[in-house]
Amino acid sequence: MTYTQLAIIGVLVVIALDLYVFKTCLLKRKVFWVSYSIVIFFQLITNGILTGFGIVEYDGAAIIGSSTPENSPPTFIGDGRLVFAPIEDLMFGFCLVVLTLIIWISLGRKGVQREPKSGPPRKSVHRFLGIK
Amino acid sequence: MSKFAYLSVLLGCLAGTAWLEYFLRTNVYRRTIRLIYTVVPVVIVFSIWDAYAIAQGHWDFDARYVTGITTVANIPIDEILFFIVIPICAILSFEAVRSARNWEAGDEETK
Repeated sequence: MTYTQLAIIGVLVVIALDLYVFKTCLLKRKVFWVSYSIVIFFQLITNGILTGFGIVEYDGAAIIGSSTPENSPPTFIGDGRLVFAPIEDLMFGFCLVVLTLIIWISLGRKGVQREPKSGPPRKSVHRFLGIK
Repeated sequence: MSKFAYLSVLLGCLAGTAWLEYFLRTNVYRRTIRLIYTVVPVVIVFSIWDAYAIAQGHWDFDARYVTGITTVANIPIDEILFFIVIPICAILSFEAVRSARNWEAGDEETK
């Protein structure tokens, strides 16, 4: 299978795990989408470094775009890439993050270290976070 | 750029999220057992994907930028660490948003 095919299957699998198997329903929660937006922003930066410098290189046969060139960075945006990384990487990252959170929340549900729970933020960051 | 390029990116991810544990009191590292139980299966699942992708040649690593230490199925140790670091960052971000906004996440105590 190609990376494209695997990435699509991966996304469908984690969606099914979240909604029907573990029933964590993270994908229906505001807290997930807001934190995922933050994660995806930083993913584009870090993955951009990994793929833009050619630390990780891809085979054009496995992705929508073309192979990582030998001695130059890949396309910044376009040719199936976003910030140097193949768009498949976004799907891969989605799978990684969602699977992680499904397990984390499931464990909490079972009572595995539900405490000490998260928050509240320290007073010193209230203004920064827009908390009155 | 050196053999530690990949590792430096991971270190940057850890450093960039570490402050959340203190300032937003995410208590993610403090819930060590839960964190380990979460990360272990994720590492296993994604190592299998990685092993397949490496075997099929989907992706490859520039030997100049990784440590050169490989684990099972030719997976660079850098990649294994990636599968540990990124989940930690994801949980920290998630719990940070939760801390700041008090939104339900589904694992609250049921009355």
